[in-house]
Amino acid sequence: MSRPTQGLHLPMNSEEDTVSSSRIAVGAGQGRPKPPGARPVRAAAVVAAVMCASVLSACGGSDSSDTDAGGPEKSQDRGPITLASGKDTTGTLQGQLDRWNKQHPDQKVTLVELPESADQQRQQFIQNAQTKSDTYSVLNLDPIWVAEFAANQWIDELPAKEFPLDKMIPAVVKTGEYFGKQYAVPFNTNAGLLFYRKDLLDKAGAQPPTTWDELKQACEKVRKLPEGKGIGCYAGQFDKYEGLTVNFSEAVASAGGSVVDDKGKATVDTEAAKKGLQFLADGFKDGTIPQQASTYKEEDGRRDFQSGKLLFHRQWPYQWTLANAKDGSSEVAGKFGVAALPGLDGPGKSSLGGLDLAVSKFAKNKATALDFIKFFSNEANARTNLKVTSAAPPYTDLYDDPALRKQFPYLATLKESLDTATPRPVVVHYGDATAAIQESAAAALSGSKSVDDALADMQKNLSAAVAAK
Amino acid sequence: MSVTTPTPVRKTTSSRPARSSRRAGTAGLAAALLSPTLLVLLLVIGYPVVAALRLSFQVSSESIDPDTGFKVTATSYGADNYASVFSDDRLLRPWWNTTSFALASVTLEVLIGVAMALVMHRAFRGRALVRAAVLVPWAIPTAISGMLWKWIFNSQGVANEILGAQVLWSSDGFQAWLSVVIADTWKTAPFIGLLVLAGLQIIPGELYEAARVDGASAWRVFWRITLPLVRPALVVAVLFRLLDVLRMFDLPYVLVGPRKHSVETLSMIAFDEMTNLRFGTAAAYATVLFLYVAVVALAFVKLFGADLIGRGTRSET
Repeated sequence: MSRPTQGLHLPMNSEEDTVSSSRIAVGAGQGRPKPPGARPVRAAAVVAAVMCASVLSACGGSDSSDTDAGGPEKSQDRGPITLASGKDTTGTLQGQLDRWNKQHPDQKVTLVELPESADQQRQQFIQNAQTKSDTYSVLNLDPIWVAEFAANQWIDELPAKEFPLDKMIPAVVKTGEYFGKQYAVPFNTNAGLLFYRKDLLDKAGAQPPTTWDELKQACEKVRKLPEGKGIGCYAGQFDKYEGLTVNFSEAVASAGGSVVDDKGKATVDTEAAKKGLQFLADGFKDGTIPQQASTYKEEDGRRDFQSGKLLFHRQWPYQWTLANAKDGSSEVAGKFGVAALPGLDGPGKSSLGGLDLAVSKFAKNKATALDFIKFFSNEANARTNLKVTSAAPPYTDLYDDPALRKQFPYLATLKESLDTATPRPVVVHYGDATAAIQESAAAALSGSKSVDDALADMQKNLSAAVAAK
Repeated sequence: MSVTTPTPVRKTTSSRPARSSRRAGTAGLAAALLSPTLLVLLLVIGYPVVAALRLSFQVSSESIDPDTGFKVTATSYGADNYASVFSDDRLLRPWWNTTSFALASVTLEVLIGVAMALVMHRAFRGRALVRAAVLVPWAIPTAISGMLWKWIFNSQGVANEILGAQVLWSSDGFQAWLSVVIADTWKTAPFIGLLVLAGLQIIPGELYEAARVDGASAWRVFWRITLPLVRPALVVAVLFRLLDVLRMFDLPYVLVGPRKHSVETLSMIAFDEMTNLRFGTAAAYATVLFLYVAVVALAFVKLFGADLIGRGTRSET
């Protein structure tokens, strides 16, 4: 029993396994003998049917995508659809969908919630597109993916005339364009803001900073206060994921540089890029940025800010409502203010975030999908959206609305930020581009590479990713 | 995917004893009854393997149509994908991660699993409860336990609270590697424990009685009776775990995240290539992993002699 036999075989799927299991099957079936040959014949028929079906469906799939190439504009198909969107950190998305569902009981929209991390959202979108699945009808895309999705023909062109695009901030509308055509419509937009602890700054007699130097000085002052002892000075999203690309791009832009220039060339080997990355790398080294921020995504930093562990936090506007919650979840409610991001010599520049709505090429009921996008992205909805989630609307008017300005005192700051915001590089192979940025930026922040080496590597890899068109 | 399934290694003739000649007439029936199973296997295992192999030799070059902006893909066949896999410095690191995960966590799992089995094997009050409790980690899906440990290893999580230190588990580095080993061991030591327990329960009690009569020490009893007799079960358990760890993907992906050098495994690289739409290179990475797993499994079986279908434990005549 302890002696192993010499004929040794692997488990799963080896024929051996088949033998033993069929042996059992034979034993069990002995009571009712079946005519030999009947089973294999039937099984063969089943197998043949399965093969045919898979072949047919494959053919059918490509056929149908050819025939309804007209897109949502010409589609008459109505019925239930889905909205695929990243994790709803505001918890209010379902309420908005319910409003649509009430008005359109036979064209219900179901929310498909994707992970919080942008990279993982993209992977799920791509997998669905690759398999030509109709699971996702309307895609809530990060603007940076629009080029890739349009180039791969995974999303349909939208009828630009049917949307009030002229009422939106031009830079934001542009995020949905590819090759001069509108493939996606802004649902909301986003720019980074500097959240700061107003109470502590006031006590220390400091002003909200407009430059990085001022930020560090303010921090020193606050840390001398008894309340500010050991407080983390500044944090953003520095984990190795899309957030790092955003934060790196902002640092470079705020130092006067760019990641990719107008002609689509990588430009991170410049002096400005170096100063930008140096600010972040030095921040980690001298303790301006707490060490654990190198593992932070949006929500980690928000928790820190809300529990009073951070003085300055680079964050999207959504944090406003949550950090102001008076239900005890936030210790800084009413104690913080919002300013534009600081830069090297003056106010910095934010990366453009937000979400664009697009129709999946493989979706069913595209007419409903188009109607839903019109509803979901209209000004009234953007207003409600701003009111309940503090998500930045793409509509220019809303920023000047006195009532909204009263409720959201940071709107003017946000508009300023949006007016100067720069989009992340428009690259078809965005996955490679962002990987190149994250790779080198993470190395520089952790100190495993010097800023110069990291940027040299980044320039090389980013150029390759951008050129691979 | 198909990648992780080892190939059928050998024909089945040896497992069918000569006595089957007694029923030579039924051989045709047996073949007929087997063929549907074989067909299905061919379809669900054979086809994906062949398709993946084919894909790994498919070299595609992309260009953008200057008028529409649409991607145009041209494909040809060649070994370019493999050339890029082996010339790239990206292969060695994930290969080492994969291998070191297998070595470290399987070793830990064997030690803890055997200990668990020995505890569960003893008769004591509340044994049923202990057995059930030990199996809980194994019952939790890997992705969920990944999330669980992600919270534990959060920079403000329980692990740091207990250690009283500020360890950045999910950043890159040895600590990230260690967190994966810990989570994997926690999850799968019960699996080894369970298989070893099954092995322990078929050891006849007389052997232990005899040993007691002979005055053997507890250690000697374990070393000379328990371990040799439980070996077949243990070897199978280790082989299963080895195959599992070598193709590990979900745990490091969920727990630490993609593109973290210290935990990136071969499966993760293949996945990363795939999500960047380079299916050819992804298939090439997957094929390399497949071959590596097959070689390791074969070597293991040759070295330790896994008894997988239980022929060694039955005295059939």
